[in-house]
Amino acid sequence: MSALVESLTDETFVLNLGPQHPATHGVLRVKLRMDGEYIVEAEPVLGYIHRMHEKMGENRTWLQYLPNTARLDYLHALAFNHVYVNAVERASGIEVPQRAEYIRVITAEMNRISSHLLWFGAFVLDLGGFTPLLYAFDDREQLLDLLEAITGSRLTYCYFRFGGVCCDIDDTFINGTKTFIKRMRERLVMYRNLVTDNVIIIKRLKDIGPISAEMCRRYGATGPVARGSGINFDVRRHEPYSVYPEFDFDIPVYHECDSMARYMVRMDEMEQSLRIIEQALDKLPDGPYLLPKAPKIVKPAKGDIYQAVESARGSLGMRIVSDGSNTPYRLKWRSPTFSNLSLFGEACIGMLLPDALALMGSLDLVIPEIDR
Amino acid sequence: MIDYCKEIFKGLKSLLIGMGITIKYCFKPVVTVQYPHESLKMPERYRGHIELVPNEENGEAKCIACGLCQKACPSGCITVDGEKPEGAKTKVMTSFVLDYTKCSLCSLCVEACTFSAIRHTRRYNLASTSKEAYIIDLKKRLEERKK
Amino acid sequence: MDTILNYIKIAIDMEPFRLLVYLVGMIMFIAANAAYLVLLERKVAGHIQLRIGPKENGPFGILQPVADGLKLMSKQLLVPDGVDPILFRIAPVIVMVPAVMSFVVIPFSDTIVARNMDIGLLVVFAFATINFLGLLLGAWGSRNKYAVISSARVVSQNIAYEIPMLVTIVTMVMVSGSLNLHAIVSQQLNGFWSWNLFNFKASPLMPIAFLILFVCMLAETNRAPFDIVEAESELVAGPFTEYSSMGFGLFFMAEYANIVIGACLATILFLGGWSCPFGILPGVHWFLLKMYLLIFTVIWVRWTFPRTTFYGLLNLSWKVLIPISFINLILTSAMLKVF
Repeated sequence: MSALVESLTDETFVLNLGPQHPATHGVLRVKLRMDGEYIVEAEPVLGYIHRMHEKMGENRTWLQYLPNTARLDYLHALAFNHVYVNAVERASGIEVPQRAEYIRVITAEMNRISSHLLWFGAFVLDLGGFTPLLYAFDDREQLLDLLEAITGSRLTYCYFRFGGVCCDIDDTFINGTKTFIKRMRERLVMYRNLVTDNVIIIKRLKDIGPISAEMCRRYGATGPVARGSGINFDVRRHEPYSVYPEFDFDIPVYHECDSMARYMVRMDEMEQSLRIIEQALDKLPDGPYLLPKAPKIVKPAKGDIYQAVESARGSLGMRIVSDGSNTPYRLKWRSPTFSNLSLFGEACIGMLLPDALALMGSLDLVIPEIDR
Repeated sequence: MIDYCKEIFKGLKSLLIGMGITIKYCFKPVVTVQYPHESLKMPERYRGHIELVPNEENGEAKCIACGLCQKACPSGCITVDGEKPEGAKTKVMTSFVLDYTKCSLCSLCVEACTFSAIRHTRRYNLASTSKEAYIIDLKKRLEERKK
Repeated sequence: MDTILNYIKIAIDMEPFRLLVYLVGMIMFIAANAAYLVLLERKVAGHIQLRIGPKENGPFGILQPVADGLKLMSKQLLVPDGVDPILFRIAPVIVMVPAVMSFVVIPFSDTIVARNMDIGLLVVFAFATINFLGLLLGAWGSRNKYAVISSARVVSQNIAYEIPMLVTIVTMVMVSGSLNLHAIVSQQLNGFWSWNLFNFKASPLMPIAFLILFVCMLAETNRAPFDIVEAESELVAGPFTEYSSMGFGLFFMAEYANIVIGACLATILFLGGWSCPFGILPGVHWFLLKMYLLIFTVIWVRWTFPRTTFYGLLNLSWKVLIPISFINLILTSAMLKVF
């Protein structure tokens, strides 16, 4: 009753940024209460694509769950593969050969670049520029073709296995990747000239959507969102896994806290990923790509393991509870986008609607990962 | 005052540089493949739906209906049946049905098979108007390919 | 037989017949432009984005506008229940007619001009301002709250950009000394350097004035990067949501007709109309070439840049374009007085 009285006396109206919307990148519904042009209150409504992946884990064996991991965040599927496989290997004590670790890092970083390229294209598309999307997809095609030649899939990879990877990489892949790295460096310069330095983009993104470091800490936002607000935390550097300590790369951190900072963090991350891939290709050791005596049926020891990995969107976590049998007892995903989205409700208060859409684009949301 | 002019000039220059890039790409050759008229060849390891591998000598399927692929599949798309004829050492496969509507192309079945009896095809542009077309009878496919 | 030929010769010289030919010619020109400019835009957009545009309908997609037109005409002309009966139906006409009427005074070459009025430039601008009045009336008649908000934005955008455009036009009128479009071009017929674009004797900021006119033309016709109207309508409905089939088609055609008029005006005022850069063979072909180059630039700009925000757009006009155009005006008048 009081809500009704409130809505009669003040001039706000409710606008539904519905589940079907070109700018929400997935089925996200946001209930906005607007006062004219300004947003007074925003409430994201989730659950439109809940597919019960965590429950499915309880009905499949450890190996059979692998395809599911790729479907959660299809843009950086290899990171999801990586965290699951890493956690189970830690729990069962399976050692991974060095070559396999290097292959995992190379393919995961390539996947990170392709995820950032798609984010870049879609973000500029939201702002109204149609062309950078297609240039980004042209680059992404090269990446996807390279990955398709070794893994067999383009988007939802089921490439890692317990104890290594499922097939080896060959010389065509290595040469193709080296050509791609050279080409990508020129393209990054082109993107800077076409988009980053463009006065319209600067006016649209600078000082828009400020998210302070304290707000990031309160909501648990990680990844480029936190690094754009000055928090220097990257799982690859601060909780290292796999062979990341052997590579020399920087973590881009910007302190301006606005949408431009988050944009620049991701563009710099693409360059750093190229550096990691280059170093990994140079140092690639020979050896088996899959542990020769890898057990066919994997049974992790009874217990509770948490493993974190840096995905394109933030710190991705997986918690495995095993009861010693060949199916998991409980699998829990810590989705980075969920924490990133939760600060949208507070951050967009008092903003104009197009600025709020720019903020949402800079958070890099992938809704299937939130709803699992 | 000077800052104002400098800002305008810098903004204008960035716009012109951007336009220069787009016009350069306007005159480059297209990178798209005109799909129905031309199509791409899939790489060797591409994961299409599976098919039975024939024996080199007699062209029959190598599959002995052990059921390892059926157990390995996460989605339960494979149904294999076999029977052991009199005096033979191994079973003979009588039916092998793949329910492609549930397959997630994870390749766990191909890896589970110890006899290398199944492999991936490279078919990707399958289109049909009925669901039944995707319940693929792989034994029938093998026989049709033999002819 | 001879008498019939004589009568035909007399008829062709007669004013009503001449006007009829021009009327039909103008409408055909506008219709062909509206249809094929869409195709040109899609092809150019395709090539900028490293793909081919439409190609299935006819070679190079030549028949694509025909297919689009047939599709648009075959849709149901839906008139929603609570709309204002007169305003809703008349708004597309109000938007389309001024676009057609402005072609009356535009000289395509020395002899091809429908009606060579002494106040030609004023006529074009009078008709240009009716354009967004039609949009506002249409949105009001649609009885859709969001359409009215959207069209209010269009009106404020267009008013903000009318001012620098008019100031620049006044500058050019001062330089040429007349409002007659034919006379303005006649002063630029001596080859490349006599074009008003390079008329540094009148004002050193001439190229800047051309740029201002170009930007104002983009904003007046609601083209990117100023197409808040068409695109922010991803969230709030645009001013012509309630229109379907040919109502929408007319708005669309009017937009492209406005682009053509803007390009014609810029060519006449700054680029020398039908004169050739090298002084040979002046004629309508040079006019059309320059006009289409300008239209290509309009399309090129659309597919390169993202959209500005609404307040950025207004800031650009009030804080950048208007001061510069006023400075240009004062400078021109000073230089014309002195030299």
